[in-house]
Amino acid sequence: MNILELKECCMKFGGLTAVSELNVEIGSTDLVGMIGPNGAGKTTVFNMITGIYQPTSGSVVFDRQEINDFRPYEIVAAGIARTFQNIRLFPNLTVFENVQVSLNKSLKHGFSHSILQLKNFHKEEHSVRETIMEILTIFKLEGVKDELATSLPYGDQRRVEIVRAIATKPKLLLLDEPAAGMNPTEKVDLMRLIKSVKEQFNIAILLIEHDMKVVMGICERIFVLDYGVKIAEGTPGQIKNNPKVIEAYLGEVVS
Amino acid sequence: MKTYSSKLYLFVAILTSLLVSFFQDEINPYYFQIIIYIGINIILATSLNLINGFAGQFSLGHAGFMSLGAYTASLVSSTLHASSGNPVDILILPLALLLGGAVAALAGLLVGIPTLRLKGDYLAITTLGFGEIIRVVIQNLNFLGGARGFTGIPKLANFFWVFSVVSIVVFAISNLINSTYGKGFLAVRDDEIAAQAMGINTTKYKVIAFITGAFFAGIAGGLYAHFISYINPQQFSFIKSIEIVVMVIIGGMGSTVGVIIAAIVLTILPEALRGIAEYRMVIYSLMLVVIMISRPQGLFGKSFRLKELVAKFRRPPMSA
Repeated sequence: MNILELKECCMKFGGLTAVSELNVEIGSTDLVGMIGPNGAGKTTVFNMITGIYQPTSGSVVFDRQEINDFRPYEIVAAGIARTFQNIRLFPNLTVFENVQVSLNKSLKHGFSHSILQLKNFHKEEHSVRETIMEILTIFKLEGVKDELATSLPYGDQRRVEIVRAIATKPKLLLLDEPAAGMNPTEKVDLMRLIKSVKEQFNIAILLIEHDMKVVMGICERIFVLDYGVKIAEGTPGQIKNNPKVIEAYLGEVVS
Repeated sequence: MKTYSSKLYLFVAILTSLLVSFFQDEINPYYFQIIIYIGINIILATSLNLINGFAGQFSLGHAGFMSLGAYTASLVSSTLHASSGNPVDILILPLALLLGGAVAALAGLLVGIPTLRLKGDYLAITTLGFGEIIRVVIQNLNFLGGARGFTGIPKLANFFWVFSVVSIVVFAISNLINSTYGKGFLAVRDDEIAAQAMGINTTKYKVIAFITGAFFAGIAGGLYAHFISYINPQQFSFIKSIEIVVMVIIGGMGSTVGVIIAAIVLTILPEALRGIAEYRMVIYSLMLVVIMISRPQGLFGKSFRLKELVAKFRRPPMSA
């Protein structure tokens, strides 16, 4: 079963067509990569899926419902979480609190309960705390839970961002250039992390990445965007040797 | 457990203010007045801190909400206030305050929904304009006394009422901010796009911050009116808003303790400097400048965390 389907999605900004008639299908446990040269429209696709932009035409179907005009927070509630190309952690909050924000959406109590703190409030806050610690322990971040998230090393900040997204209990995780700015060791760790997230939580992952080692190393399927058009799709091996992809990245072969 | 004791603190605080209010006639009236002003300013500053410091929405309209509360509450109590001796009299003030708060909260909702699409400076200017509109409208409403002011408000506010409300505001806002629900406010402040992407309904949070802040500002206005028993629109001009914003900034945006301390200091300071007559506002302003230069994040800025301060003393600063 497909968890996400983009059907003929177009995104136009005035006269500029950023994404045109894109068709993508992602199965419920797929690990799919999206690559393409700079300005190909990859992040725009993410923004369309997460409700920051509304597609000009076409439809985004997630878990069998159309989510075109969902607000970003409703899309998270439906089960899509994301990370950002330039890390967007909450700078004044600790690692723990950063993850805590993600659990906000599934709270049963609201405004008045959090002030009056009746009996169920404490029970729920307690279980929230336990959930956070559980997740932090899985990702070996429990030691830094009280540090400001932005004071961590770069690789760890990326990890916190992924943890924070996972904490919303998504069915589909979107990673926008998770390896950007990482050194080779951090990249190896990241690949291991992404694989383990997929297996442990049994979710679908769609990632944008420029680092070919990472993309080719972990993705089961890759599709390539160029000028907003999907020019190729297939296994890493097929993509590597696809003449259209090579042309998009390196230019035409001079004969 | 820590979480259970906050209600105990509230209870003790209200009880203490009740006890003190029995002796309030013993206190020098001048000092007493300053103490009451401190309480009212704490309510105003901590409630504005929810909007400005925690939710990160820069509002300059707090005096507007305060005046709505003050006028509504005065209207209610002057209408209801029968000859003294009636046992239900004690309920007049809380009723008036709640209605005053409710009207201010409604205004917060009405202003909040359209203006919260705006950010930063734009929002500040809009809220400033809103505060001025309220003032001008009241100035032209004859049944509220117009520019002459509203006279004959029953003097019902005492130490007990003011400091009970102070305790309730501090209790409510700290509980809110420390809860998982309340972390949504901080997320909106820190990064709106990321907050949305984590499932936070940012508009709802901003509006809630506005409504809550306005509600407590309205109550503060009601207390103020029932303490000095005369109000006029000039008391709620944007200068008053700025005064409250200064308390929040000096105290440190997003630190309840800091804002309370700033409210106390900035209420006492102009009074303490009365001895030097015409220089007092110069010195007051100078102190603001000095504080801002030496601690731009405020006395207890949002980066202020006791744990870190302790850790800093324990180990030498790390070299990068």
